[in-house]
Amino acid sequence: MQLALFIIFGGLALAGALNLLFQRHPINSALSLVVVMMSLAVLYWSLGAEFLAAAQVIVYSGAIMVLFVFVIMLLNAGEEEKTHGSRAAYGAGIPGAAAIFCLLSFVFLSERDALGKVSVGGFLGNAVDNIAEVSATLFTKLLLPFEVTSILILVAILGAVVLARKEQ
Amino acid sequence: MSPMPASYLWFIPLLPFAGFLINGTLGRRLPRAVVSAIALLFTALPAAIVAWLWATMRAAGAPDSIEVVSRPWIAITGFHVDFAFTVDHLTLIMLGVVTGVGFLIHIYSVGYMAEEEGYWRFFAYLNLFMFFMSVLVLAESFLLLFVGWEGVGLASYLLIGFYFKKTSAANAGKKAFVVNRIGDFGFLLAMFLLILHFGSLSFTQVFATIGQHPEWQGVRFLTAIALLLVLGAVGKSAQIPLYVWLPDAMEGPTPVSALIHAATMVTAGIYMVARCHVLFDRAPIALTVVACIGAATAIFAASIGMVQHDIKRVLAYSTVSQLGYMFMACGVGAYAAGIFHLLTHAFFKALLFLAAGSVIHATSGEQDMRKMGGLRTRIPVTFWTMSAGVFAIAGIPPLAGFFSKDEILYQTFASPNPIFKLLWLIGLVTAGMTSFYMFRLWFKTFFGESRFEQHSLDHYGAAVDARSSTTLAAVAEHDESQAAHSHGVHESPWIMLFPLVILAILSVIGGWVGVPAALGGHNEIEHFLDPVFASGVVAEGAASSAGHGLELGLAALSVLVALAGLYVAYLFYYKKPGTAAELAERAKPAYVVLQNKYWVDEFYANFLVIPLMMFTRGFLELIFDRGVVNGSGRAAGFVTRIFGWLARKQISGNIRSYAGWLAIGAAAVIAVMIFGRSLWVHL
Amino acid sequence: MVPTAYYLILAAMLFSIGIGAFLIKRNVITIFISIELMLNGVNLTFVAFAQMWHQISGQIFVFFVMVVAAAEAAVGLAIIISIFRTRQTLNVDEIDLMNS
Repeated sequence: MQLALFIIFGGLALAGALNLLFQRHPINSALSLVVVMMSLAVLYWSLGAEFLAAAQVIVYSGAIMVLFVFVIMLLNAGEEEKTHGSRAAYGAGIPGAAAIFCLLSFVFLSERDALGKVSVGGFLGNAVDNIAEVSATLFTKLLLPFEVTSILILVAILGAVVLARKEQ
Repeated sequence: MSPMPASYLWFIPLLPFAGFLINGTLGRRLPRAVVSAIALLFTALPAAIVAWLWATMRAAGAPDSIEVVSRPWIAITGFHVDFAFTVDHLTLIMLGVVTGVGFLIHIYSVGYMAEEEGYWRFFAYLNLFMFFMSVLVLAESFLLLFVGWEGVGLASYLLIGFYFKKTSAANAGKKAFVVNRIGDFGFLLAMFLLILHFGSLSFTQVFATIGQHPEWQGVRFLTAIALLLVLGAVGKSAQIPLYVWLPDAMEGPTPVSALIHAATMVTAGIYMVARCHVLFDRAPIALTVVACIGAATAIFAASIGMVQHDIKRVLAYSTVSQLGYMFMACGVGAYAAGIFHLLTHAFFKALLFLAAGSVIHATSGEQDMRKMGGLRTRIPVTFWTMSAGVFAIAGIPPLAGFFSKDEILYQTFASPNPIFKLLWLIGLVTAGMTSFYMFRLWFKTFFGESRFEQHSLDHYGAAVDARSSTTLAAVAEHDESQAAHSHGVHESPWIMLFPLVILAILSVIGGWVGVPAALGGHNEIEHFLDPVFASGVVAEGAASSAGHGLELGLAALSVLVALAGLYVAYLFYYKKPGTAAELAERAKPAYVVLQNKYWVDEFYANFLVIPLMMFTRGFLELIFDRGVVNGSGRAAGFVTRIFGWLARKQISGNIRSYAGWLAIGAAAVIAVMIFGRSLWVHL
Repeated sequence: MVPTAYYLILAAMLFSIGIGAFLIKRNVITIFISIELMLNGVNLTFVAFAQMWHQISGQIFVFFVMVVAAAEAAVGLAIIISIFRTRQTLNVDEIDLMNS
């Protein structure tokens, strides 16, 4: 069953990504990304990261992508026009991207056995469920980074407000 | 008195150096009295220390040599050298000459240079010279000696070119330095060979090693080292073929000629040969070369000196000739005799130069002897002191020059090598020529009717125009410093006469330390130097083989020759003044050769200097300097600009191109991380 | 039981497609979206490894990545808005004032 889950939703994520690539209107790209994110949420759930699956749906696709859609609507971005490209982007970038993919898959495929298999469902350390486990580490060992991220968000809010303000 | 602590040795060179620093940095702003006081103080103190040193080392039970060593100078595996001073009896004599005569000349200079600009500069350089010369004679290693060697060359350059605004003086300074350099090159090569074969440059170590190998007699590498050292000595002591700088060095002020080019610097070569006698005794070929060069130089320079008109030039060639005698003495193994002559020569040659300076001062800058005469009555003190010098150098007993010169001639004759008999003959003829040209100088300057004219400054200005040393030496130089005041012929001030008197006394009695046994004396100086030269194999054999009779006979012969010279000079220049000119006319070819100094300078200029300049300007400057050096600089700049141009093309402002470069960069990093494991480990 | 390598390769594919979209697209907002896609690919990698090694720190790292992505998206979009105000264009090829 896990394999079926993986193939369906993995394929859906891939399709969404490719759609993002080939669409011309940014809103279509944004919505494709939402599809990708939802599929990934299912995959996270299958890998036992329930909390992250929920966070992915609520925060990532529910807030961040909504923000993207807001901005696209606000700026009334239309379809892309064809302007002069950049030779470096095509000449160096595409081979670069391809190279990265080839390298990574080469490594992963050659170490296939060492990587082993994963099972559905979480692993429970000392905790009752996944969220307890996450919070146990997050609020004890990694308390400082957690607080720092809250400051980071605060700063980002301030920054966004300042940057997006109309000049008076 | 209590013995001198060895650490005081450091003061002997360092005090003049302090004087150099003070006068050199502050002297321009100090009043002349302060400058002189500083210079004299920092020269008198070392002289006092040397006197104390003498007392210490002459006391009963004193060691034959004392040494003082500093922290290591160069300490690497396989080679080690310290700053070390050593004092033995040879050093004592040299120090006595350097500090004693040096101090007297400092006193004299206060008077002589009184109206000169750059007064502070003169005394600064003079103190610098004293520093380097002291280092040279005190040095315990070849390297430290070389430091002094080069340093005196530098000081000589600075002082010869003291009147740097005068082109001929500047050229003379350059010439001295460059010719000296050739000798220094030989010295350097000798040092390299010494390091190669002995692993050390310390005198004690090298000589001890040689002493431990009696089988090293006449061996090739020692001969090579010795010959290279001879090259150095030839440059510094103005022997053939590197003597050409000394006559031109007369462009410097007269006290400089007295100190550097008579008493001290030029004797450095002789001192070095004497110091390294252990090495030279093992290389008989080198010694023979030294003797032959010495004899040849002696007669060569004397022949040129006979026809010079400038009073200082006569003395310059005379110096070259006398140095030839000292060289010859060392060459036959009579090191003590050579040093003895060095000592007496310091006295009477310094005296002669200083007295000549006094004459020039009296005649307000005139140096041409043809324009002098009858000065005997006008400047009596100068006359009497200079006469002492003239009689001394001519070798008339019982003055100093007789004993030392005679000792050399006797040792040369008595030496086993048959060639040396010929050298003795050359030395004898040269003695006659020496006597002749010195008395010629004496008569022309002080006797006869006064050909002296009152000089006005504009008259002298025309005569001094652009003269280089390679043209006919028919017109003598004028000494600018003395032309400043032209107020009649007058005796020099007492500050200048006092050193003359002291040196005159020394010229008279100075030889009495070396009266040989044959004439009833004890030859103290030879015994004094026995601890130094005791290991000299050659000299002992020569001294004891012949008897007293031979020595007396040779002495009588040399006195006869000297008196003959006196008589001929008397005839030519006093009795019948026109005789010299007649002889010159009749022997015109010979006279022209002598007048033109055998065209040696011209030969060097055309065959050495000009080709070298062509090579330098044509090849080195044009092709190498402009092409290679400048070109590589410009090429480096060009390459950098290319790289900059390439880099700039990458910054297009286009975000997508940046992203492209980022992607490929990331791919490269990932590849390195995956496949570069081994590289990583090694790093 | 799915081999971990499959998850990882899927993540690599998402990442590479993200880079490709970044390079090809001309609209600034689409480029930002592709950045988010890349981040998601990386998140999947982290979660897969967390499951493989039974370490919770992988998931926590994903948590932090999400936080940072949120902050970055907010600020980035604010910048885009202000650029749009001045240059009236969302075409990245026309925003090249820093050309040397």
